[in-house]
Amino acid sequence: MNTAIETHNLTVAYNRRPVLWDVDFKVPEGQLIGVLGPNGSGKTTLLKSIMGLIKPSSGYVRLFGEDLDTVRSRISYVPQRESVDWEFPISVREVALMGRYRKNKLLGRLSKTDHQLADEALEKVGMLPFADRQIAQLSGGQQQRVFVARSLAQQADLYLMDEPFAGVDAASEEAILTLLKEMKQAGKTVLIVHHDLHTARQFFDWIILLNTRLVKSGSTESVFTADNLKQAYGGQLTILSQVSELIKDREFPMRERSHKDQPK
Amino acid sequence: MSDFFTFSDPNVRMVTLGTVLLGVSAAIVGTFTFLRKRALVGDAIAHAILPGVCLAFIVTGDKHPLYLLVGAVATGWLSLLSMDYLSSRTKLSTDTAIGAVLSVFFGAGILLLTTIQHSGSANQAGLDKFLFGKAASMGRQDILVFGIVAVLLLILVLSFFRAFKVVSFDPAYARSIGLPVRQLEFLLSTITVLAVATGIQAVGVVLMAALLITPAAAARFWTDRIQVMLLLAAAFGLLSGLFGSWISYSAPAMPTGPWIVVLLSLIAIVSVVMAPKRGIWARIRLQKSNARKMLLENILKTFYSLGESRQQFDMEVNVTELVTKRPFDSKSLRRGLHQLQRKGCLIKKSGNTYQLTTAGIAESRRVVRLHRLWELYLTERMNYAADHVHNTAEAIEHVITPELEAALLRELGHPILDPHDSVIPYQATQNKKS
Amino acid sequence: MNAFWIILTGALVATSCGLLGVFLVLRKMAMIGDAISHAVLPGIVIAYLLAESRAVLPMLIGAAGIGVLTTFIIEFLYQKARLQVDASIGITFTWLFAIGIILISVFAGQVDLDQDCVLYGEIAYVPLDLWITEEGQIMGPRPVWVLSGVLLLVLLLVTVGYRGLKITTFNPEYAAAIGVSTVFWHYLLMSAVSITTVVSFESVGAILVVAFLIVPPATAYLLTERLNVMLALTVVLGILTSVGGYFLAVWLDGSVAGAMAVISGCLLFLAVLFSPTAGVLTRRWREQALDLPVQGYNDR
Repeated sequence: MNTAIETHNLTVAYNRRPVLWDVDFKVPEGQLIGVLGPNGSGKTTLLKSIMGLIKPSSGYVRLFGEDLDTVRSRISYVPQRESVDWEFPISVREVALMGRYRKNKLLGRLSKTDHQLADEALEKVGMLPFADRQIAQLSGGQQQRVFVARSLAQQADLYLMDEPFAGVDAASEEAILTLLKEMKQAGKTVLIVHHDLHTARQFFDWIILLNTRLVKSGSTESVFTADNLKQAYGGQLTILSQVSELIKDREFPMRERSHKDQPK
Repeated sequence: MSDFFTFSDPNVRMVTLGTVLLGVSAAIVGTFTFLRKRALVGDAIAHAILPGVCLAFIVTGDKHPLYLLVGAVATGWLSLLSMDYLSSRTKLSTDTAIGAVLSVFFGAGILLLTTIQHSGSANQAGLDKFLFGKAASMGRQDILVFGIVAVLLLILVLSFFRAFKVVSFDPAYARSIGLPVRQLEFLLSTITVLAVATGIQAVGVVLMAALLITPAAAARFWTDRIQVMLLLAAAFGLLSGLFGSWISYSAPAMPTGPWIVVLLSLIAIVSVVMAPKRGIWARIRLQKSNARKMLLENILKTFYSLGESRQQFDMEVNVTELVTKRPFDSKSLRRGLHQLQRKGCLIKKSGNTYQLTTAGIAESRRVVRLHRLWELYLTERMNYAADHVHNTAEAIEHVITPELEAALLRELGHPILDPHDSVIPYQATQNKKS
Repeated sequence: MNAFWIILTGALVATSCGLLGVFLVLRKMAMIGDAISHAVLPGIVIAYLLAESRAVLPMLIGAAGIGVLTTFIIEFLYQKARLQVDASIGITFTWLFAIGIILISVFAGQVDLDQDCVLYGEIAYVPLDLWITEEGQIMGPRPVWVLSGVLLLVLLLVTVGYRGLKITTFNPEYAAAIGVSTVFWHYLLMSAVSITTVVSFESVGAILVVAFLIVPPATAYLLTERLNVMLALTVVLGILTSVGGYFLAVWLDGSVAGAMAVISGCLLFLAVLFSPTAGVLTRRWREQALDLPVQGYNDR
C-alpha cells in the first residue's frame, strides 16, 4: 500500500485557537477517503493545512512521500462552494480553464491542449452544454460540478475536496459520485470532507474521523463502531476546550520552540 | 495661547463649549456605529451632507444653522436609504454601495458648492468651512442650535442605552425578545445622521468619520464593558473638542478638522500600543512572561528528573548535568537559575552547583505532576499513542491552572502512574480526595 | 480646444481608475481604494516640497510606496492590533489625510496646492499647464502626457496580469493552492491604485478619484455578466461620464470633477433600474409578466 498522505503530529491553530491536536495518520493511494466529524472539529482546517493554506504550529504533512511544493502539480484542491462569489462575471468554461493555470505559467498563452482538457473535464461532469453560460445563472449542484471540472482539468493524482455534496441536488450528487468512482478506478486518490454519516458509509473506502484530535483513521468498517462514533460525536472534551481557550487568551504557544516535530 | 485657557473671553467659552459638546456627542453616538461595524457608513453619511447644506443655502439664501441642519439631515438620510437599497436590492456589495454613494453625493455637493461660490452670492462666503471644519467661525446661533441638538442626542442615547446595546449586538435576539428592532434601528440611524450633521461644524465632512469612530476604537482597547467604553470615548471626544477649539483660536487660518483628527489618532495609537490587556505592548509582555514561566518550570523539571532515579531531590546539581539532561541555552539557563534563586526555589551552593529548596521541590513536583496528568489525559481521553504525548505535554504543562488540575484529577480519578509507568508526584495534601 | 483637453483628461483618469476599479469592486475592496486615494495626500505634499521640478518618476515611485504603506498599516491594525476592519481602514486614511491637509496649510507658501482643491482638483486649468520642451516646442498639456503614460501602465497590468488578477479575485484559496501568491497580486493592485490616484490628483482631486474608481465599474457590473465586457463597458461609461460631466459643469458653472461624479451617479442610477439582466424595474416587470413573487437580492 502506497501512502498518498501522511501527517505527523499535525497541530494547527486557527485565529490563535487550537483546532487540531497532534493529528497523525497515513492514507493509502487509490482510495475514496472521507473526513468526518462534528462541526468545528477541524475538518476544513485539516484540508487547508494539507494544502499549505494554513501553517501548522507543529508537525508536518507528506504527500506521496514528499513536501507539498515538490508535488504541488499532482494535487488538486476544491474549496467549499461558499468560498466564492458566484456573481463573478465569468463563464463556466473560464472556471474550468483555471484548472490549467500554473503558478509560473500565468502570463503565457493557454495551449490548444489546455482548452481541450478543460472541455473534456466539463464533459465528464455533464456541464459542457453550459460552457458559455455565466456562473451566476447556475444552480448549486451545477456550480459544484463546475468546481469539480476545474479540479479534473488539473490532471492531478490526489484530489482534496471540501464538502462537495453540501446543498447539491440529487442529479448532481449522482453525477459527482459516479465520476469519483471512475477516478478511483483510474488509480486517483480522493479525500473528501463530508458532513453526512449515513451516506459516508456508502461512499467511502477509508475514513478519517476527527474531533479536534484524530479519533480513528482506517477502513470504513473499522471506523464505524459505536465507540468511535461516540468519541467523535459525543461532544467536546470539556477540559480540552478549556485548555484551548486558555492557550488563546493567554497567548501561550501550542508547542515549545524546541519541540516542533520537524521532519528528519 | 495661555489666554485661551483662562476662558475669560465669553466667545472662547461659547465656542469651546460648542466643540466639546459636539465632540462628546459624536463620540458617544459613534460608539454604536463602531459596535455595529458601520464606520464607513458613517463616513459616507458625512460626505453626503454637503449637498444638503448647499441645497438649503440655495433654497433659502441664508446660512441659518437650522436650515442647514434640515438640509443636512435630508441628504444624510437619503444617503443611508440609498446605501441600504443598493446593497440589498442589487448585486452590489456593501462596500461598493458605500463607496458609490459617498463619492456621488459628495461630488454633487462639490458641484453645488462651487456653483454657489462662482455665483458670487454675497452670503455664501464661509460655506466651504463645512469641508474641514472651523470651530471658531461658529456664531451664537450655530452654537445654540447645534449645542441643543448635541445635548438632545446625548439624552436619547442614555435613555435608550440598553435597547441600543442589544440591537447593536444581536438584532435577531432583540427581535425574539420583542424589541421593536426596526424602530430602534431607525432611531439610531437618525441619531447618527444628526450627530454627523452637527459634528461637521468642528471637523468638516471629509474627516467626520474619524470623530465618530476613533474615540470608540481607542476606548475599545481599554475595556470590554460598553459603559466604560462610552465614558472613555466621551472623554476622548471631549479632549479633542477642547483641542480643536484651542487650535481654531491660536491659528485662525488653519482648519480645525485635521488637528482634531490628528489628536484622536494619536490617542488611538497610544491605546493600541499601551492599553493594559489588548494593547500590543501588554501582549508582548504577556508572551515574555509566558516564556519566562516556561523556562523556570523546565529547569525545575530537569532537577526533578535528575533526582527521580535516586528518589533524592535535595542533592546538589551541577550546571553541566542540567544541560546534559536538557539542551538549555546557557544564557537563558543562567538567567533562569538566578530568577529561581530569587523566588526561593534554589540555593546556590558553589560556583556552578545548585540545590532545590523545599519550596523548589514542591514546585518541581507540581510541574511534573501536571505533565504526567496531561499525558494520561491524552492517552485515555484523546486516543493518543503513549509515544506521542510527550511533546504536547511539554507545552501544556505550563498552561494548566489549579482549577484545571483539580478537574483533571476528578476526570482521571487520582491516577498513580502516567502512560510511561512513572509515578505521578502528589503533594501531601492532595492524597485521596473524594 | 480647451474643452477637448479637459474631456480627454477626464476620460484618461476615468479609464485608468475604472480598469483598476473593476478589480477593486469584484474583490469587495472599494473602500480600500477610497482609503488609498486619501492616504496618498501627505506623500504628494512632501513630493511637492522636495522636488522643484515636478519630476514624474520619483513621484510615481513614492506613490506606489505610500499605497503599499497604507495597505500595510491597515493590515497591521486588523491582524496584529486586532482592530475591526472598517475601523482599521477609517482610522488609517483619515489620519493620513489630516496630516496632508495640515502640511498644505503649514507650507501654504511653498506648495502649489490648495486644501479645497485637493478634494476636487483643478481640471479646468489643465489646458494651461503646458509641457514646453527645451527647444520651445509646445507639446500639449503636461497632465495629459502623464496620465497617458499611467494609462499605458494600467493597460499593461490588466492585459498581462489578466489571469493572475482574475484567479486571485475569483477564488483566492484556489489560487494559493496552486501556488500563486495572493499577497503579491494584492499589493500590485494597490500600488497601481496609488500611482493612478496620485497622478489624477491634480485633475480631479481625492474624493472624485474614488468616484471614478468605483461608480463606472459598479454600473458595468450591473450591465453584464462577463469580465471582459465589464472592463470594456467601464471604459465607455468613463468616457460618457467625462463628456457629460464637462457639459454639466459648464452649464451650472461649477466644478468639472463634481459634475463628472454626478453624471457617473446618474448612469449608475439608470443601470440600477433598467439594466436588462439585473435592473430592479426590469426584473419586476419580468416577474410580474410571469406572475412570480418579486424577490430581493438577499433572499436568493
